[in-house]
Amino acid sequence: MADLVAHGSGHDAAHDPAATHSHSPDLKHQFDNMTQQFEAGNLGMWVFLATEVLFFGGLFASYTVYRSLYLPGFEIGSHLLDVRFGATNTAVLICSSLTMALAIRAAQTGQRKAQVILLVLTMLLGAAFLGIKFTFEWRNDYLEHLVPGVDFLYRPEWGGNGPHVQLFFIFYFIMTSIHALHMIIGIGLLSVLTWMAARGRFSPDYYTPLEVSGLYWHFVDIVWIFLFPLLYLIGGRYGIGGGH
Amino acid sequence: MSTAVTEIPQDSRVHYLNVSYGVKSWLLTVDHKRIALLYLGSITFMFLVGGVAAVLMRIHLIEPAGALVQPETYNKLFSAHGIIMVFFFLVPSIPATLGNFLVPLMVGAKDLAFPKLNLLSWYIYVVGALFTLYAVISGGVDTGWTFYTPYSSTYSHSAVIPVAIGVFITGFSSILTGLNFIVTIHKMRAPGLTWFRLPLFIWSIYATSVIFILGTPVLAITIFLLGVERLFHVGIFDPAVGGDPLLFQHLFWFYSHPAVYIMILPGMGVVSELIAAFSRKRIYGYTMVAYSSFAIAIISFLVWGHHMFVTGQSIYAGLIFSVLSFLVAIPSAIKVFNWTATLYKGSISYEAPMLYALGFIGLFTMGGLTGLFLASLATDVHLSGTYFIVAHFHYIMVGGAVMAYMGGLHYWWPKITGRMYPDMWARVAAVIIFVGFNLTFFPQFMLGYLGMPRRYAVYPPEFQVFNVMSSAGASILGIGYLIPLVYFIWSMRYGPIAPANPWGAKGLEWTVPSPPPTDNFEETPIVTEEAYNYAPIPEGQHG
Amino acid sequence: MNAATHLFTSNLLAAASLPIHPPTASTIGQGVDYLYFFLTGITLFFTILIFSIIFYFMIKYHRRSEDEAPGFVGTSMTLEITWTLVPLAICAVLFVWASSLYFENSRPPNASMELFVVGKQWMWHIQHPEGPREIDELHVPVGVPVKLTMTSEDVIHDFSIPAFRIKKDVLPGRYSSIWFQATKTGIYHFYCAQYCGTDHARMIGWVYVMTAEDYAGWLSGGVRGESMAQSGERLFTQLGCITCHVADNNGRCPTLVGVFNHPVKLKDGRTVVADDAYLRNAIVNPNSMPLPNYAPLMPSFQGQINEEQLLQLIAYIKSLGPEERKSAGK
Repeated sequence: MADLVAHGSGHDAAHDPAATHSHSPDLKHQFDNMTQQFEAGNLGMWVFLATEVLFFGGLFASYTVYRSLYLPGFEIGSHLLDVRFGATNTAVLICSSLTMALAIRAAQTGQRKAQVILLVLTMLLGAAFLGIKFTFEWRNDYLEHLVPGVDFLYRPEWGGNGPHVQLFFIFYFIMTSIHALHMIIGIGLLSVLTWMAARGRFSPDYYTPLEVSGLYWHFVDIVWIFLFPLLYLIGGRYGIGGGH
Repeated sequence: MSTAVTEIPQDSRVHYLNVSYGVKSWLLTVDHKRIALLYLGSITFMFLVGGVAAVLMRIHLIEPAGALVQPETYNKLFSAHGIIMVFFFLVPSIPATLGNFLVPLMVGAKDLAFPKLNLLSWYIYVVGALFTLYAVISGGVDTGWTFYTPYSSTYSHSAVIPVAIGVFITGFSSILTGLNFIVTIHKMRAPGLTWFRLPLFIWSIYATSVIFILGTPVLAITIFLLGVERLFHVGIFDPAVGGDPLLFQHLFWFYSHPAVYIMILPGMGVVSELIAAFSRKRIYGYTMVAYSSFAIAIISFLVWGHHMFVTGQSIYAGLIFSVLSFLVAIPSAIKVFNWTATLYKGSISYEAPMLYALGFIGLFTMGGLTGLFLASLATDVHLSGTYFIVAHFHYIMVGGAVMAYMGGLHYWWPKITGRMYPDMWARVAAVIIFVGFNLTFFPQFMLGYLGMPRRYAVYPPEFQVFNVMSSAGASILGIGYLIPLVYFIWSMRYGPIAPANPWGAKGLEWTVPSPPPTDNFEETPIVTEEAYNYAPIPEGQHG
Repeated sequence: MNAATHLFTSNLLAAASLPIHPPTASTIGQGVDYLYFFLTGITLFFTILIFSIIFYFMIKYHRRSEDEAPGFVGTSMTLEITWTLVPLAICAVLFVWASSLYFENSRPPNASMELFVVGKQWMWHIQHPEGPREIDELHVPVGVPVKLTMTSEDVIHDFSIPAFRIKKDVLPGRYSSIWFQATKTGIYHFYCAQYCGTDHARMIGWVYVMTAEDYAGWLSGGVRGESMAQSGERLFTQLGCITCHVADNNGRCPTLVGVFNHPVKLKDGRTVVADDAYLRNAIVNPNSMPLPNYAPLMPSFQGQINEEQLLQLIAYIKSLGPEERKSAGK
């Protein structure tokens, strides 16, 4: 029994050049060294993002089924959306991913002020996205009676099939709501990170929370990159069905 | 009992149980071992609730016209039984109790990768369970655990939304647990512990975690869509407005089929550990068994349509799902043969854990083979929706998964609590469970072939004999489950103190004291041997 | 003995033949049973094999002393491959056998007699084209292939006849079908086999398989009502369909003469066949598949007629052959 394991030294400091001090105050007790901690945090977030892919995936799969069955109705619904807002929001989110990536870079190079500014910018862009969506798009949709379950009103001049157009809007609202919820959570995360960054928590040796939240933020951005064409650009804007 | 019922002097060593006392030290713990015990308590409670529902159902079914309750109540009972047993007992059982306790120990780590996330996962489980219990108390749900639309979305007048919320919430508990295990197994193995030196329990927990991660989110979105439809009366699954009720079934089974492998894979991992320990031999075909766990996890995502052969899905889809369903049976067969071969030239002892393991192999073999009847399209048409299905899945989930869970509890109990339980009573209970189980569920195969549909509150009189047999068996099975409850609780106070390795087994968990200290290992172990290294492996041979 | 025991015992005696095998009363039943017995044989074989080997090893290799140390036993790849390929081969045989049976069993023979089944919570309505309607009973002649076209008024049900070894889910908003040919006269159970709510267990009934003469007698006995096509014609007038869909194709709506089972070209270029499902859809959701050359003027009749009436309308439309429109159904 005694020879099952050889007993070695506790922390494997030899492999980790970053851990010149083997007990960094940021090292959590379950980990042996900072590299292991960083890699574990990263892998954890990637695994979580895999779950998110499957979560949105179920939604996208259902959307795909109905779109392939009822393309004309979905086209009509898509043309009733304002593509200008959608496109603006896409640009806003892409910029926010840029500022997020730059914020992480700032942490890697030890620039505290830049970190804070860039994180705040990211939050502002995220808030702008939500602002445009809620106060312009959704308010308009509500006023034009396009919200299923509330007071969806089919207008015959649209052509096509009323229930199918409504089905489009059901998916539009569910998909963008869940995406918006993820944005809100992301902004919450960012506010915590901004506070931590302002207090100098992050350094070239330890910026795992930023890295991991950056992954999350980029993921939410990518989901929107898929949502935008699927929802706003069905059937093209010029030619079939006419422009907006 | 042979031991005198006097209190044994407390062990004076500090370990994870006595390092701190008080409710707060338990409710705010981040120690994976304490969290495992928190789960053990909650899961046992839910098992008892689900078990009560089963008892009431079997009493009711003694009479063709129903002996106990109105049909509406019966429908709520079988729904509660299914929902509670699947989502709140079987899915978490081995991973959240034995997995949480053992994964860090088996890989040589001090804790899981994310201890606070681990505690959060328990709280999420509890919140979900409370929602569901509230729903059960406030009238129950009568949709079956499968929630088929449009009955559940439009027609049922029962507490669908609270139950849906409860199941939705609890899904996140599974996701976080699986995430924790994957990261821990990838990143926190002790030096020298390569993948193919890992115990097979870890392999199966890893495969299970992959299913947790990829499958559970689809259930979450499915339940979410169901909730939206029910609350807002929109037509996602309603054919009157263009929706497709079968879309719900596809989405639902996309998770729920892999879910059944969530329920059995950890049990298979436990059985590997038990067979090795109690024959004092390395598992025959270790590599094949490890790969089989993976193969099962992957193929499990491709077979969901076999729950829908009679729904009107295309014949060609049926063919594809049938082929894949046959394929998924092969790795399980490989495991059964390898376990049996491990016994060859071993040194076999028959303590309770081994009895459970051997019982598992027999009953899982039967249950698995009856799956072939259902993968076969022509026979599935006749057997679908009947008691044959009920018998099939109970053979696997109770005859398989629960037996493995019991075996694992008995095997690792001394490590977890530092106490031994009375082995004679344990063996008696194991045999009672085995006999009671077969008496309960074998007659149900007959009923299914005769055509008795499932979820029937009343039935034609010619089915009564088998129903009575089944109910009689259930009473024996119930007694079998109560006995361990009694002696386990007894052992925590009066059981003999257990040594570090009462079974003489191999494995990192047996190198630490019973119970282990909070940080598991005084120094990170360095692993130099293969798993189950009972007999050294000669040069040039592979295990 | 008290009353309860007496009741129990007489029930027991009634079932004392302890049925373990359901009646086999259809043409496909025998084939399904052979497959079932083969599967049972395999199950028994491997169960006994595994159990016996385990028992044998348990006894032969039981631990004799506490410090017994078994030697190393290497894994034989040959053995691993064997016990992978043998189950694979068995599964291949099962798959081919079961699938070909299933294929055969899903195709109704051409000359099948067609009956219409509507399931609703918690009863089965069955219509014969000649007119007779039944609730929770299905009268059929022996030796004749029968096709059941089924739909649901509400939730998903399942029509199951164990003695014939068939069942199929019955869904709202669409038609599903099964077929059988009964081989023995007699009375057999049918059940709802997909949980559908409170009285799911009471949604059962009896199939009466009769000789051809008895069936003809049953069909013509009782109150002589309308055939399905006649009921459909009456609805066609009542609901106003006749004002648009006139036989001479006056331009406002397409004629329905000869439309059944013929191809229809849609506005978006696709061509579909005007089968039962198409006709049903056209009545409840008329603008979902727009036609070229016709404005989407047809109102939806969803909610105004039930599934049985839909089937009657469709029966009427089917009866509109390419010749002059008939005013009497079959």
